[in-house]
Amino acid sequence: MRKLREFIIEKLVLLCGLASIFFVVLIFLFLLREGLAVFKTISPSAFLAGKSWYPISEPPQLGILPLILGSLVVTFGAALISIPIGVGCAIYIAEIAPKRLKEILKAGIELLAAIPSVVLGFIGMVTLVPFVKTVFHLPTGLTALSGSIMLAFMAMPTIVSIAEDALYSIPKTYKEGALAMGATHWQAIWRVMLRAASSGILAAIMLGIGRVIGETMAVMMITGNAAVIPHSLFVPVRTLTATIAAEMGEAVIGSEHYFALFAIGIVLFVISFAINVTADLFLHKRQ
Amino acid sequence: MTDKIVTKDLNLWYGGFHALKDVNAAFQVNRITAIIGPSGCGKSTLLRVFNRMNDLIEGVRTGGEALIDGLDILAPDTDLVALRKKVGMVFQRPNPFPLSIYENIVFGVRIRGAKVSRSELDAIVESSLRGVLLWDDLRDMLRSPALRLSLEQRQRLCIARLLAVKPDVLLMDEPCSALDPQATARIEELMRELKHEYTIVIVTHNMQQAARVSDDTGFMLLGELIEFNRTEELFASPRDKRTEDYITGRYG
Repeated sequence: MRKLREFIIEKLVLLCGLASIFFVVLIFLFLLREGLAVFKTISPSAFLAGKSWYPISEPPQLGILPLILGSLVVTFGAALISIPIGVGCAIYIAEIAPKRLKEILKAGIELLAAIPSVVLGFIGMVTLVPFVKTVFHLPTGLTALSGSIMLAFMAMPTIVSIAEDALYSIPKTYKEGALAMGATHWQAIWRVMLRAASSGILAAIMLGIGRVIGETMAVMMITGNAAVIPHSLFVPVRTLTATIAAEMGEAVIGSEHYFALFAIGIVLFVISFAINVTADLFLHKRQ
Repeated sequence: MTDKIVTKDLNLWYGGFHALKDVNAAFQVNRITAIIGPSGCGKSTLLRVFNRMNDLIEGVRTGGEALIDGLDILAPDTDLVALRKKVGMVFQRPNPFPLSIYENIVFGVRIRGAKVSRSELDAIVESSLRGVLLWDDLRDMLRSPALRLSLEQRQRLCIARLLAVKPDVLLMDEPCSALDPQATARIEELMRELKHEYTIVIVTHNMQQAARVSDDTGFMLLGELIEFNRTEELFASPRDKRTEDYITGRYG
């Protein structure tokens, strides 16, 4: 009797485990089937390197280079802002902050992670966008820069918490050794501890960037959504994610436009996958 | 015989815990002084007074004096960077930095910020590694990570990186406890070589080691320095009953 119960529970748990893999495979197959269909009418190179995205003109032009560059520009800007601040914050929390402040800061970071992205997008729209417009004297504040700033807020919690963890978990003997040699606290951090934690910090950065590149809502609300090749951070851009979200509703099922949006999904999937694998490699190197 | 380090009624508290009680001792130049005693007797704490590493722990207070070359290093205006350059420390677990062998050795030079030419650095690396008898083994792999070395080599490297900044005093906190007996014997041999140029203070829980390697020995118990004497005398004819009990293995 007991044996039978064990058997049933074991198999049930196994089923749950398989289910998650099963659904991932199913989603992936669906994505591939729908996405690859676009290449019946357009070559992969024309799709990836094409400079115009006019999906509803006749015939449709389905070049996603502006969208890829849009995503990259926004991500690059967000990385530029969130990496120094995030790593600096992690150093402060792990090494410098007094105990009480440390707890408060950690709670604050968690709170930041808990804000829904649509709320961040909304706040960005009413505060950041007009601010960017007036400060830089731009015709519109809906720019890649606005998106980058908002996304930096979203990447920060990931970067801070994982980097802090990496700094915290390096052996205390490194710091002791450096201080015993007459290093100042900052020298010990900069020359020894950051080196020792480097793979964990790189993983933190990659995961933060992974979050940014997949983010949709906030960028759709504040980057202006113009599918043109961006030449700076101060112009409206449209990201891969925002394109799918904005256009999927109006694309006719089975049309080239519809298949193209799925193909964009594949591109996003490949990018995110590559980033996550890189982050994983860094994390494993650390152990 | 010159006194390098002298303590006068040295007391230390961790919060409410009285860890060192009226310690009076004199550590002499070019000799190895061992501090022995059971775990928790304060021997490591005493060692860490001499390079002020106890400062890292919150709630530490000291009383009395600890003089190095006649200067009280417990004074609040002590330059810790200068002190720690002069008084190097070797830890229980070898702790080379996760950098190359070369960078480990020049670390102490680099953090002083002075411009030092490449050839000078090379010379420092060579002489430091020669000082710990590692040069012949490592000369062709100076750029490889220090963490690839064996435990014994790491501990030697940790000593070498101290020699690079020309200290006066070497503090050793159970430097052989992570090593096997052969490696221990070789590190002890190295200590005997080094004592001609440095003042060495070693903390050890291993009485045989103290007897083998040291010239003077202090025995500590519950924060007090019970007895301090020439090593042979302390082991041959201890004056205090408690010392006798400890070295004959009755506790500890």
